[in-house]
Amino acid sequence: MSTEALRPSSYLGEGAGPAAWLLTTDHKRVAWLYLVSLTAFFFLGGAFAVLMRVELATPAGDLVSDDTYNRLFSLHGIIMVWFFLVPSIPATLGNFLLPLMIGARDLAFPRLNLASWYVFILGSAFALASVLAGGVDTGWTFYTPLSTLYANGFVSMAALGVFIVGFSTIMTGINFIVTIHTLRAPGLTWFRLPIFVWTMYATALVMVLATPVLAASLILIVLERLFGIGIFNPALGGDPLLFQHLFWFYSHPAVYIMILPGMGVVSEVLPCFSRRPLFGYKAVALSSMAIAVFGFLVWGHHMFVSGQSAYAGVLFSFLSFCVAIPSAIKVFNWSLTLRKGEITFETPMLYALFFLALFTFGGLAGLFLAALAIDVHVHDTYFVVAHFHYIMVGGMVTAYMAGLHFWWPKLTGRMYSETWGRIAATVTFLGFNLTFFPQFVLGFLGMPRRYHTYPPEFQFWHILSSAGAVVLAVGYLMPLLYLGWSLFRGARAPANPWRATGLEWQTASPPPPHNFETMPVVTRPAYAYDMKGLKHERFSPHREEAAQ
Amino acid sequence: MSGTESVAFDTPQRERRGDNFAMWVFIASEAMLFGAIFLVFLVAHIDFGRAFAGASKHLSLPLGTFNTVLLITSSFTMALAHMLALQRRWRATVWALLATSALGVCFLVVKGIEYGKEIQEGLAPLLGLPFRYSGPDPVHAEFFFGLYFAMTSLHALHLIGGIVVITGMIALWRTANPASRLGRVVAVGLYWHFVDIIWVFMFPVLYLINR
Amino acid sequence: MSFGIPFAPPEASSIAGSVDTLFYALLAFTAALGTFLTILVVFYAIKYRAGSGAERTGERARSLPLEVTWTAASLLIAFVIFGWGAVLFLRREHPPMDALEIAGLGKQWMWEFRHSGGQREINELHVPVGKTVIVSLASQDVIHSFFVPAFRVKQDAVPGRTTHVWFIADEPGQYHLFCAQYCGTQHSEMGGWVTAMRPEDYAAWLGNQGKGDTLAAGGEKLFRALGCSGCHEKSSKVRAPDLAGIFGRPVALDNQQTVIADERYLRDSILDPKKEIAAGYDPVMPSFDGLLDEGEMQMLLAYLKSLSPQAPTKNEATQ
Ligand code: HEA
Ligand code: HEA
Ligand code: HEC
Ligand code: CUA
Ligand SMILES: [Cu+2]
Repeated sequence: MSTEALRPSSYLGEGAGPAAWLLTTDHKRVAWLYLVSLTAFFFLGGAFAVLMRVELATPAGDLVSDDTYNRLFSLHGIIMVWFFLVPSIPATLGNFLLPLMIGARDLAFPRLNLASWYVFILGSAFALASVLAGGVDTGWTFYTPLSTLYANGFVSMAALGVFIVGFSTIMTGINFIVTIHTLRAPGLTWFRLPIFVWTMYATALVMVLATPVLAASLILIVLERLFGIGIFNPALGGDPLLFQHLFWFYSHPAVYIMILPGMGVVSEVLPCFSRRPLFGYKAVALSSMAIAVFGFLVWGHHMFVSGQSAYAGVLFSFLSFCVAIPSAIKVFNWSLTLRKGEITFETPMLYALFFLALFTFGGLAGLFLAALAIDVHVHDTYFVVAHFHYIMVGGMVTAYMAGLHFWWPKLTGRMYSETWGRIAATVTFLGFNLTFFPQFVLGFLGMPRRYHTYPPEFQFWHILSSAGAVVLAVGYLMPLLYLGWSLFRGARAPANPWRATGLEWQTASPPPPHNFETMPVVTRPAYAYDMKGLKHERFSPHREEAAQ
Repeated sequence: MSGTESVAFDTPQRERRGDNFAMWVFIASEAMLFGAIFLVFLVAHIDFGRAFAGASKHLSLPLGTFNTVLLITSSFTMALAHMLALQRRWRATVWALLATSALGVCFLVVKGIEYGKEIQEGLAPLLGLPFRYSGPDPVHAEFFFGLYFAMTSLHALHLIGGIVVITGMIALWRTANPASRLGRVVAVGLYWHFVDIIWVFMFPVLYLINR
Repeated sequence: MSFGIPFAPPEASSIAGSVDTLFYALLAFTAALGTFLTILVVFYAIKYRAGSGAERTGERARSLPLEVTWTAASLLIAFVIFGWGAVLFLRREHPPMDALEIAGLGKQWMWEFRHSGGQREINELHVPVGKTVIVSLASQDVIHSFFVPAFRVKQDAVPGRTTHVWFIADEPGQYHLFCAQYCGTQHSEMGGWVTAMRPEDYAAWLGNQGKGDTLAAGGEKLFRALGCSGCHEKSSKVRAPDLAGIFGRPVALDNQQTVIADERYLRDSILDPKKEIAAGYDPVMPSFDGLLDEGEMQMLLAYLKSLSPQAPTKNEATQ
């Protein structure tokens, strides 16, 4: 009873063995290579987070030393951002789905795609080597002159790792842009593309244009550490703030790399389980592009109290409020999509609704930060930590889970346990809020971030947060188990278990090696859930399974 | 299949368009890389214009000019290769490509000589080498030379990349069909011109500022 | 009521109240919008759950008027919040006149403060209530950040330049002082207390501190010890500008430009004299880069400033 015997034409059946996987150029298999490596990094970064939270349960620094703590949050941030969240959805779901969604046989450059994974692994090797050698203690932001002159960790090695991973990001970005431009199926015009493809496009643009700036700043850091060039060193006439400008010029657009794909996933899931077309499709599509473009103009909002001119601060604050508008548009459109639907609450839908709540909340906290006078108080406190975890974990990771469950049948040809899925989604949601809501209070109270010890009056909120982290860990470990189990034991999935409209559902689960038996032609807009024959059909994955 | 290299494309024409487009996207990305470093240089120049002008005079204008001529010529031979490839005169194309990479190598040799000279004069604040500088404001002159080495070596790396790719392309010449030969020449040509243009910006910024 | 659980930091400065008003206004907006969206989504989720008998016919899945309305409303609200925050923020630029200036120096991992009378303290800062206090911040090594939550103020101390932060404490008491910018191993230990005292207590406290040189007096000593006076004294043989009254004055440069002699200018003149050369002088002044530490620099600046008695205490052009 092996997969191969049943489905000779599935991409999973095309030869097993390590070589068949490690030398594959099939985008669907490359997606798996990424999926496995990224999952490993997520749990590594999560383990660092758990250690931090345990340490922070008491005001004194009793579990680990200050140097160790500094390494924990630096590695946590570096790993989570560059080795997990930036590639997360694009390199796994994006890689797998993009060609399927636009009716192509593969990405434009299959070998480049595989190469990008190897580059990713090479970068990871440097990062892991720096962990094993003793870690980095600069924070994920590598601020100079701390990182260049004073840090005692393995900064160059880690920076080099991040630098190399940047190339893999750029490769993926180029591949996506070219694929979307040149390989759409006949009839698939830009405004018939699923929103997921739009967000991949916007993400890829940011990847291609912002990552080189990060590369430049990291090169300069490494040159400064290894060769003694004093570009950021005030003693040599350099300017430490210059580094912050360069870093945030990359990193603010990069935060949109870390949310746009999540927005894409949710824009697929909500219409499907509401049996309704996405409300305001064009506005949602174009707002992704607006975010990608305006995202390049607001980097200075990380530097309101850094000593940059106050008037620059005012300008950056203004632009930050402008960049919030496209997100506002999306939130309203998502909410209205539910109207007049026929809503069911499968696991992906639960995750998507939780995304909606948590992203909105994190985004609104972003407005507090962009409001200058408030940022002066809460800058570099746990308020900021809470803001970005609400968006990156509550938003993006939740969307990632939604997508993983939604497309799991397509990826594997198997169904997972719906009961366990719903339980895990709920546990994650509760654990998440318990972990990070108290951090807003802490930040407002004035608890600075990156603190190994803290005044005892803050302990109450820290204990809540640490307790939440344990619940959250359970919430993330559960899918590991039941998804892993379904991989081998799950019920067979039909081609289209959710009765969704996307092209990826028109082919078998799992898809054949070159995706489609006959190349598709598109005649409908995306999300045609209101078309006859789709709308009033009740769907039940289990019924369909039984019918097979 | 139908003569494409990637399974994704159904015709070589579409594939060529895809390759070409990809090269443009890549170049946009590279432009951001150099753009960031140019920006750092310009900001520093606003702050320390005088020191930078003084330090710039210690670079060798003759060698720099010679190198500029070399690269512009190589751009010309590259364009020639493109033209010949369009006419399917493959043998001549290979010669034009060889000439291009030879000019690139010459550029690197000259650059190497220049580096050697600068290191000897104590103008290279790298790897703890002693920095000896007689002009005014040695601190910021040192900063200038740091940037000079960072920028020119980054450019040289890109040039080396170009030469490696051209060499590889010639080595694989026999295995490629005409369509993909042309596609590759066009793509490499775009890249080569881009690297030349970077130098054309770098030369005045580094060598000619306040001469 | 709160069982010893803190929900908000103390409001102990003249601006804390207005910052909090904005904060709570935004909180109310967030809560209102959040509640509205939650109710909306939950309402839809229940009303339109599969199998419910709700009416579902009609209407395309978009509505231009609605979209325009919410976009415009969001923009409007965003601009109000922006303006409010910006107005409060720009007060940072304009400290009230007649301020008490204290030099703050961050170094791994302590804060060192020097009062104008020369009193020094480490990780402690004593200030009088009801009086504007300007802390001019410098850093000896990496970036630090001066943060007093109870005052709602924060400012990075950046090596190689001087930054400022001002506040008026209005409630006597002890408040946390933190370093908010990550600065290495003992970042979380770099802090202590700000003690706000009634003016008479503050005067008494100052009196009890060991009498050292005032900052300016220390600077004057340095001015001689470093040989500045050798050139800048009127009797000197070298032709160098007279520094009396220099602070806050416009200076003509040899490149036809004019700059205000603020702290940045003075600092650069000492560390990097070739950068801006006063018109009519030869660029013969040597750089003192590396010969002064940040503390000494602050004393020199205090001395140079003391030569211009009626100049504004904080120059707007700084930063
Ligand atoms: C995926 C990541 C992500 C995303 C999407 C965002 C989105 C936003 N961020 Fe965030 N941010 C981070 C990740 C992210 N951020 C990180 C990692 C940091 C800290 C880095 C570090 O220092 O380590 C940070 C820090 C940060 C700061 C600096 C804080 C400081 O250090 O002092 C600021 C300041 O302006 C800011 C603002 C914003 C704004 C305005 C948005 C907006 O795009 C949000 C838009 C969304 C909404 C507004 C919600 C939906 C809208 C409505 C429900 C309608 C109502 C809206 C209006 C009326 C406008 N962020
Ligand atoms: C980008 C994605 C991302 C993600 C997903 C997370 C996830 C989490 N983060 Fe992270 N965080 C950042 C990005 C992210 N973080 C960044 C950029 C910073 C700033 C760093 C800096 O200051 O430089 C930061 C900083 C940061 C801090 C502040 C540290 C400080 O300033 O002192 C805290 C504290 O609570 C924290 C907690 C958590 C928790 C509890 C999770 C949880 O969601 C994690 C959940 C996952 C798990 C719990 C995994 C479960 C696995 C196990 C339990 C296995 C255990 C195995 C072993 C122990 C072998 N994070
Ligand atoms: C060798 C002589 C010499 C010494 C020693 C010297 N200076 Fe100067 N200084 C000059 C000259 C000449 C100028 C005017 C040219 C210029 O701007 O560089 C000047 C300019 C300045 C200016 C700018 C004044 C203006 O009107 O623009 C300041 C401030 C200053 N010096 C402070 C100092 C301090 C503080 C020291 C000691 C730490 C010092 N100088 C030591 C010669 C000297
Ligand atoms: Cu000093 Cu943190
Ligand atoms: Cu940002």
